[in-house]
Amino acid sequence: MTAVIENLDPLLRALGTTALILVVSAAGSLVLGVLVTVARVSPIPVLRGAAWAYVQVFVNIPLLALLLLAVFALPDAGLLMPLLTTVIVVLVVYEAAYVAEAVRSGINTVAPGQVEAARALGLRLSQTLRYVVVPQAVRAVVQPLGNVMIALLMNTALAATVGVVELTSAVNKVNLVEAQPIPIFTAAGLTYMALALAIGLGAGRIEKKVAIHR
Amino acid sequence: MSTPMVSTPMVRMRGVDKHFGDLHVLRSIDLDVAPREVVVVIGPSGSGKSTLCRTINRLEPIDAGEIRVDGEPLPEEGPQLAQLRADVGMVFQSFNLFGHLSVLDNVMLAPLKVRRVAKATARAEAMTLLERVGIADKADRFPAQLSGGQQQRAAIARSLAMHPKLMLFDEPTSALDPEMVNEVLEVMTSLAADGMTMVVVTHEMGFARRAADRVVFMDAGQIVEEAPPAEFFDATRSERARSFLSNVLAH
Repeated sequence: MTAVIENLDPLLRALGTTALILVVSAAGSLVLGVLVTVARVSPIPVLRGAAWAYVQVFVNIPLLALLLLAVFALPDAGLLMPLLTTVIVVLVVYEAAYVAEAVRSGINTVAPGQVEAARALGLRLSQTLRYVVVPQAVRAVVQPLGNVMIALLMNTALAATVGVVELTSAVNKVNLVEAQPIPIFTAAGLTYMALALAIGLGAGRIEKKVAIHR
Repeated sequence: MSTPMVSTPMVRMRGVDKHFGDLHVLRSIDLDVAPREVVVVIGPSGSGKSTLCRTINRLEPIDAGEIRVDGEPLPEEGPQLAQLRADVGMVFQSFNLFGHLSVLDNVMLAPLKVRRVAKATARAEAMTLLERVGIADKADRFPAQLSGGQQQRAAIARSLAMHPKLMLFDEPTSALDPEMVNEVLEVMTSLAADGMTMVVVTHEMGFARRAADRVVFMDAGQIVEEAPPAEFFDATRSERARSFLSNVLAH
């Protein structure tokens, strides 16, 4: 345990980086995911097709491959971003596909009568989606979205492979010096677990609060 | 020579045809509804009466014919149609209140987002309407916390908040427990008495007799008979309407 305590400073800084990646990617992927879902249920065939393709592509490519591709290919294409930014962008784009799948299953729970009532009141399609369909769809999938966010937390560890010093990368470095893999990696594992539990509990709370009684 | 006042009908349907696959649900329907008129549409299930009601605000598009609302032909799906629908209230069999919003927010949503009414105005008006339908004390509840009758009255208030020039009722009491039917019919009767133009699809013969200016009887996608209620119920002309009424009124 001394290995962890003696290196607490860099480890905490790395944990901060993990939290930063998590929070920014979570917010980004939730927003992008909802937009992809909206495109997916829109009446415009091109938009629907694009959203479908988007989900298929990112659900079926391993995140690690995407990360490596972005880190090496984007600079080649002239798009030079800091590594941390690149990682966050990739995570947003990748997790958004899973968010979109979750929200789409939520949309299927919204009764057709809700849409009819909104249309009958004169709401335009965009307003119907924004004020009636999406709010109810998201309420129905809070827990699945929580699971996507937990997966996102675990996926932040892949940032280590492309040189971002987040928690996993930091404990790896500490271990190279201290050579005490069991306490060091256990501490890291417990930290991830605590974060995941917090997300899960938070999702449960939110779900209870916003649930639609039927 | 005096010219008679000819007012534009609120609804004008001419030669309206609609199919659901092989099923011919509406067969060359001609129907006019005058301003302030209350037309009650009755008929056996599957006769097309609900579909007829839903074509008037184009929730169901039609295959052929023409529908005009207040003189304007129904536009294609889009912003113009949304505008027209804002002026045409609709009450559904299954209420369709927005489940994630309180009763008050249900009533305020369309005035706020479609009419861009100021929030305080919308709230005050929504409360007045909820008062009028007798559920002001439920304003902060969610739809699922209300009885069916209360939900349907909230749905009526939601429609009225848009100041519609025409109200469509698609079997508004069919999903209600018997003891709740009357509270909804009372609201509808008072609306009719206030001069609202109404098209009401219903099985409530008592309401038809009491509140209708005209009863339209449909069967197999056609309008078989239309007459003022007294005439329709007491001197039914068509055999089909007679047999329908004897089935309905026998119990």
